[in-house]
Amino acid sequence: MRCRRCRAPAVVEIRRHNAAFCTDCFVQHVREQVKRAIATHDMFGPEDRVLVAVSGGKDSLALWDLLLGLGYRASGLHLGLGIGGYSSHSGKLARAFADEREADLIEVDLAGEHGFDIPTAGRRSSRSTCSVCGLSKRYVFNRVALERGFDVVATGHNLDDEAATLLGNTLRWQTEYIARQFPVLTAEEGLMKKVKPLFRLSELETAAYAFLRGIDYVLEECPLVAGNTQIRYKEAMNRLEATSPGTKAQFFLGYLERAAPLFEAQDRAELSPCERCGQPTTGRFCAFCRARAQILGWASPAEVCEAVSP
Amino acid sequence: MRVKLRNPDREVELAGGRKVRDVLLEFGIDPDTVLVIRGRELLTREERVGDDDRIEIRAVISGGSSP
Repeated sequence: MRCRRCRAPAVVEIRRHNAAFCTDCFVQHVREQVKRAIATHDMFGPEDRVLVAVSGGKDSLALWDLLLGLGYRASGLHLGLGIGGYSSHSGKLARAFADEREADLIEVDLAGEHGFDIPTAGRRSSRSTCSVCGLSKRYVFNRVALERGFDVVATGHNLDDEAATLLGNTLRWQTEYIARQFPVLTAEEGLMKKVKPLFRLSELETAAYAFLRGIDYVLEECPLVAGNTQIRYKEAMNRLEATSPGTKAQFFLGYLERAAPLFEAQDRAELSPCERCGQPTTGRFCAFCRARAQILGWASPAEVCEAVSP
Repeated sequence: MRVKLRNPDREVELAGGRKVRDVLLEFGIDPDTVLVIRGRELLTREERVGDDDRIEIRAVISGGSSP
C-alpha cells in the first residue's frame, strides 16, 4: 500500500477518503483538515487566546499539539475528576505533555474546588455518571475561561464523537440538542465561544496522529464508562462504516451542510445568571449548582450558596 | 508472533506469516477501529507480519463525557 501523495510506503489507510498516507503526508493531511475546520467556521485567529480542554486522552492532546504546531496561543486546562488511578495517570500525562512543550497548563481539582469527585457524584446524583461528569467539565471549562480572559474554549470532539451524538439526539428527536450540535457555539452572555477543530477527523485519524507524533496519551478506558450509550452509538456507526465507508462523514457533515439551518429556531432559550454562581442558566439555579446540591446533600442550591462560597 | 491486546491488557501467541487483515479477522476486529503497532511503526491491513514479530492492537474508540 502506497501513500497517495508521495508513493512512499503507507502507514495509515483512510477508507472513507479511499486513500493511504505515509507518516509525513498523514501529519500534513491532519493539519490541513484542522486548518480547514478553523478557517471555514471562523473558530479563532492567531491573536486569540485558546483554552484547550485536556483530558490526557488522544483527542485532546492531539488537538493541543496541532494548535501549538500551527502557531496558536493555546493553553491547556485539565480537570481532576478523582477517578482513582485513571485520573491521576491522566493528569500525569497532561503535565508531561505540557512540560515537554513548555506549554501553559491550568489544573483544577473538582473535589478541591467544588467538594465532590465523579465517583461520589455517580452514587449520589440522579444523573448518570457520564452526564454529571460532562456537566462538571462544561461548567469548569466555561468558568475558568471567563475568569482568566480566554477568547475561546476548544475541545477534542472528533467526527466519531459528533456522528454518535447526532445519532443519539436524532433517535430521541432532541431538537434543542440537535440545534446546538455545531462545530462553533458563539459566545452569549456568560457563555464562552466553544469550538471543535477536530470535527472533520475520525477517531482512527486522531489516534494515528497522536501515535505518529509520539504523544503519550492515556490508553485505559475510564472505569466508570461501562454501558455508556455514546459507545453503543459509536459501535452502531462503526458497523455501518465497515460496509459503507464514509457513512459517518455523510451523516454529520451532511447535517452541518443541509439540515442544521432547519433546527436553528429550536435554539432560543432565554438565559439569566444562576443565583448561586452567576453562570448562565434558564432557571433560578444552573444545572451544575443543582447537581452539586444534590451530591453534597444540601436541601437546595441556595443552601450551598450560603454555606460555601462559589 | 506475540499480539498485545488492551482493556484488559493481555498477550496471545499466534502464527505469523500473514497479513494484518487476517490477524484482525481472527480476532473479529474491524480494521477501522484499531491501530496495529509494531515497535514505533503503524501497520496497514496489507502489511505482512512474521513469526518473530510483536504487535499491539490498540482500540481507538473512546467514550463517556469527552473530552
